[in-house]
Amino acid sequence: MMFNDIKLLLTEKFGEAVITGEETGGLQPALLINPDDIAAVCLELRNNPKTYFDFLSSLSGVHYNDEDNRYGVVYHLASIPYKTQLTLKVSKPHDRESADLPEFKSITSVYRTADWHERETYDLLGIYFEGHPDLRRILLPDDWEGFPLRKDYQAAEYYKGIKID
Amino acid sequence: MVITNPKYEEALLNYNKKIADASVEDMVLNMGPQHPSTHGVLRLELITDGEIVKEVIPHIGYLHRCFEKHAESLTYQQTIPFTDRMDYLASMNNSHAFVMGVERMMGIDKDIPKRVEYIRVLVCELNRIASHLIAIGTYGIDIGAFTPFLWCFRDREHIMGMLEWASGSRMLYNYIWVGGLFYDLPVGFEERCRDFVEYFKLKMVELNQLLTDNQVFISRTANVGVLPLDVAINYGVSGPMLRASGLKWDLRRIDNYSAYPELDFEIPVGTGLMGAVGDCWDRYKVRVDEIEQSIRMVEQCLDRLQKELKRTADFDPRAKMPRKTIPKAQDYYVRCEGAKGELGFYFVADGKSEIPVRVKSRGPSFNNLSVLPEISKGVLIADLIAIVGSIDFVLGEVDR
Repeated sequence: MMFNDIKLLLTEKFGEAVITGEETGGLQPALLINPDDIAAVCLELRNNPKTYFDFLSSLSGVHYNDEDNRYGVVYHLASIPYKTQLTLKVSKPHDRESADLPEFKSITSVYRTADWHERETYDLLGIYFEGHPDLRRILLPDDWEGFPLRKDYQAAEYYKGIKID
Repeated sequence: MVITNPKYEEALLNYNKKIADASVEDMVLNMGPQHPSTHGVLRLELITDGEIVKEVIPHIGYLHRCFEKHAESLTYQQTIPFTDRMDYLASMNNSHAFVMGVERMMGIDKDIPKRVEYIRVLVCELNRIASHLIAIGTYGIDIGAFTPFLWCFRDREHIMGMLEWASGSRMLYNYIWVGGLFYDLPVGFEERCRDFVEYFKLKMVELNQLLTDNQVFISRTANVGVLPLDVAINYGVSGPMLRASGLKWDLRRIDNYSAYPELDFEIPVGTGLMGAVGDCWDRYKVRVDEIEQSIRMVEQCLDRLQKELKRTADFDPRAKMPRKTIPKAQDYYVRCEGAKGELGFYFVADGKSEIPVRVKSRGPSFNNLSVLPEISKGVLIADLIAIVGSIDFVLGEVDR
């Protein structure tokens, strides 16, 4: 199934609002999805016999660091029966001064791969995934402060009273 | 900025409570980070009822070396040595994947000379053999067979020697560069490699007699840790582990990158010969079969490299290297078949600098390890060792 067919399939099922845009400039076209619908979209793409995107290759969080201070999550899906690939993107502006983390819907219920990937994204970028069963830090210690892959991260000077050189 | 919302702490509190409760009812047992069977610094927290493992909670991150953060502050070319340190048992495969992604973004992937592509595949397959030899050897030692470990390391040493000759380093090669190679193969490499292949074929027969058909080994591994195919796909398991569950899925064939479409090789899958499809023995056997296929590929590469793609005096492996590696603004996900499975890099390039905005690496070991809690519910502790060994992960890649 081609990129435009998938777009049609999704708008037929969920309405026009589900796709907020598309990026076709690069080598891999990407669909921009409304952040609230991402779990439903993934479920549909996985279960629909025309698409069967049953393999989540990768889930990456990105801090775009533009005027709106957008945070995004990029999903790379692959279909084993059809040997196709698809990129989905969601993003949200975030208030720099806010004490809350940017929030997205978890897709762990669709792909179990997302479990550890979302934990890693939470750990390094501070993106909260709503509905994740066990959102703890995974690579860094539980008491680590801050999120190192954010563009505005300041390296800590002390860790537990020990000076970091 | 202090983050105070209580829901961010919820998961940690739940986890602490679970461990506290389990210490009353059952026993909580720590395996690792220094346990020899965890192949590095992996800590498994087991909730056990006598000899039965009720739950496994993996704790990773002891070897976290901030690969992604480093990649955001270095140019593409400078990041290649860091990719070597991810899966340090198959460094060539890592840099091959990374370099391929950058070349495609630059639009120079079609200009790479055939000889360079064949050398890349040759060293990658040699490195894959070395990686699988370690997987097999250390797996034997986990189960209690010491000899195969020594034999595997003896044969791997020949590969290390050859790759050292080509690149100057034993494990972390930095040999494959964007647009070419560090150097051409040294004179006489092809002949020495052919000698090794002839020698190694006989050694594989010995190894099979010693381990593959060994009844003790079969009893320890057959029907243990069965990974059904649907679970494997849902968890994003890839590589030999996915193939052992019975799916013919090899990115070398699916994506047909580099010189692989011109090579003739089979994709071994698990058949459940000794037990169920997707058990530990199948995972072991798929690796043994893959070594044989890799030898076939090495031989075919050598044939081409010694005949139509022979070295010439004016051949420059760095000829196509871009002076400045600035891809146009886009993001790209490259995937290829590493020694452990689907190895992916996701790049976000801004089109202005040589430094990527974001690099995410998708390590196959990371995903393969995440299935461990699922397939080790209700097994014996001794079987858990067999399951952990059969996954064949490298902590350098899990933690990155």
